[in-house]
Amino acid sequence: MMGPMPNHPVLPVPQVPDPAILARLEAGLGRSLTRREVLRLAAVTAAIFATGTALDLVPMLHRVTASDLPAIGPGGAAKGSTAAADHQWAFIIDLRRCDGCGDCTRGCQDMHYLAPEQEWIRVYDMTDSSGAAFHLPVLCQMCEQAPCVQVCPVAATYHLGDGSVVVDQSVCIGCRMCMAACPYGVRTFNWKAGPPVPASEASNDPLFQKPQRLGTVGKCDSCVHETREGRLPACVTSCSMLAIYSGDFVTDIATNGRETVGLSQFLHDNDVYRLKEELGTETRVYYVAGHGQHVNV
Amino acid sequence: MADVHVREPGPEDPALVAAAIRPMQRPDRRFWIVAGVAAGFAIVGTIAYAIQLGTGLSVTGYNDRAFWATYEATLVTFIGFSYGGALVSAILRLAGAPWRGRVSRIAEGTALATLLVGALFPIIHLGRPDRLLEIIYRPNFESPIVWDMYAIFTYILATLALFGLPLIADLAIAGDHASVTGRRRRIYRRLSFGWRGLPIQRRSLERALTIVAILIVPLAVVVHTVLSYAFSLTSRPGWHSTIFGPYFVIGAVYSGVAIVIVTSLVYRHAYGLRDWIDDRVIRNLGYVLVALGVAYGYATFTEITTAGYVGEAADANILYSLILTDYAPAFWAFVAFGLVLPVIVMLVPRLRTDVGIGLASACVIVAMLAKRFLIIVPPELQPLIGIDRATYTPSPVELAIVAGGVGGIVLILMVIFRLVPVLSINEIHELEGGGQASAVVAPTLADGVSA
Repeated sequence: MMGPMPNHPVLPVPQVPDPAILARLEAGLGRSLTRREVLRLAAVTAAIFATGTALDLVPMLHRVTASDLPAIGPGGAAKGSTAAADHQWAFIIDLRRCDGCGDCTRGCQDMHYLAPEQEWIRVYDMTDSSGAAFHLPVLCQMCEQAPCVQVCPVAATYHLGDGSVVVDQSVCIGCRMCMAACPYGVRTFNWKAGPPVPASEASNDPLFQKPQRLGTVGKCDSCVHETREGRLPACVTSCSMLAIYSGDFVTDIATNGRETVGLSQFLHDNDVYRLKEELGTETRVYYVAGHGQHVNV
Repeated sequence: MADVHVREPGPEDPALVAAAIRPMQRPDRRFWIVAGVAAGFAIVGTIAYAIQLGTGLSVTGYNDRAFWATYEATLVTFIGFSYGGALVSAILRLAGAPWRGRVSRIAEGTALATLLVGALFPIIHLGRPDRLLEIIYRPNFESPIVWDMYAIFTYILATLALFGLPLIADLAIAGDHASVTGRRRRIYRRLSFGWRGLPIQRRSLERALTIVAILIVPLAVVVHTVLSYAFSLTSRPGWHSTIFGPYFVIGAVYSGVAIVIVTSLVYRHAYGLRDWIDDRVIRNLGYVLVALGVAYGYATFTEITTAGYVGEAADANILYSLILTDYAPAFWAFVAFGLVLPVIVMLVPRLRTDVGIGLASACVIVAMLAKRFLIIVPPELQPLIGIDRATYTPSPVELAIVAGGVGGIVLILMVIFRLVPVLSINEIHELEGGGQASAVVAPTLADGVSA
């Protein structure tokens, strides 16, 4: 067995690699890193980054963005590092109010020029434990640990820093692996090209793809094209029952367009739940139960 | 004309050489009929794919719930077929089974043909095949699809090596045969890279083949494990299963041996190769088939039992659709024809004939395609949320493309054995000394094409 390492003085080194990583390494090792070890680490890191940049490993970089997302829970503000964006979006759906009318679905389809069979927010007719009907609107759950992002072979689907997950339909090869991976079935494939869009509206921006492109996968983009402009998502504005709230963990508020609530307080007061919590996907869509429904659907 | 030929007249049994190159002689009418039918299938499949390219995947029966189905089942099945080559040629080589030489060429050729066609299906299934190269330009190395691509590509290279290396010796031998003349003779000699059967050449070739054999076994395991990961690395009930890796690998080898048996029997009857591909070889392959079938049945049983005994709602629903309701006829037909029948055939001496073993193998081939479908489709038809079940029926375009794939495999096989000896002449010679034909029955001229 090796004896304890001689206690090298920790020398100041340039801020590469990240001091936070160094601190973690040191905590793991139970000792300080020597200057030589730190320099070696810096060299390796630099080499990896240089190779990555040279090979244009875009997806790797996307992953870094994704994993840097602050861990956010009902407790409130971002834990750990500072927010990666000005906003950290979330949704709250108050099932006590939802009457299953489907206005949210139609509002979404109008906004995104979708065919009638393409439901980026789908309202499921459910039965609760007492046999009574209730309705469950399901849109992209904005998983922080998103299986779809993980499995996409060309990194066509990725996280924005604000919690949204979008698809770049200029890159998607249509393998549908993301549809296999998504536990919530919120992804739709463009078996046909989407309905035509007026030329002035057309856009290939992954944040607002119009029209949907043949042979690629589409999904709820959390209306990031609206929220970035200070407007509310289409499903929120079109819900006549005011059941859907758009929330932001940074400012800690949520609104359904009529009422504005404190996001973390509202989540805490209403015993919210998330879909398939057990999968560890860390979704950002919170449901308010109200009729004794099964929490696991 | 400069003659590069330096090889001494071979010590190989002339009867063996004559038999091995028999399919390379001028083909008879039966050949053209079969080739015509196979080409017809391939053309229909190609037209169907052209339609799919022009219109998009809406020409399939796919939908947002059944987003993977017939193409993916065919992909897994066809690439699985190529495992027969890896097994018969590589594993039996490493195990030192002396009879393997008589079917190793057929195994290697079958592996190549099925793999080349099977490797088309990952492209056929894409919504945007025009962007295929994006996987190379901007790969996300976390994605099982990227692993698939590298694994299949590497496996194609290894299969080419497994097929090509023994040909160095055999093309030299074939090129010496009196019936091979002119340009063909020159090409064969060029491709045999100066093979003279010298001891040092034999040693080098043997060593190279052993290395390829050692490499291709783990590679084959990796390829099918990674193929299974496209399913099992999701959270979907029915797919998210630890058994999928070995399950897919065993299934691949199982169906692979079945297709080697069928191909061997077809060539044996069509070209009067009964002396070489004899009953003993077919029977041995039949035993290998049954051993693998029992392993596959065991995996099926344990998968169903672990899901069914606990009976979590999602698992139970899938199991119901599989063994009791919608897919029960297909599932139990698979059990009967794909698992039980081969065992019965090999257990009962009276059934252990070439007809019996051939029929059982043909059943296994069809049953394993059906089984891949049953692995993929029933789980995805179950709802992830709510209670609405989805449905899926293959469209004519899908069926035509699969039929085209079958036609393509047959056609490529027929071309392969028009070009290279159907028996591994050198390997048989090395394994069995003088390479004497086994004294079973005299070659029947009736079922052979005379050389």
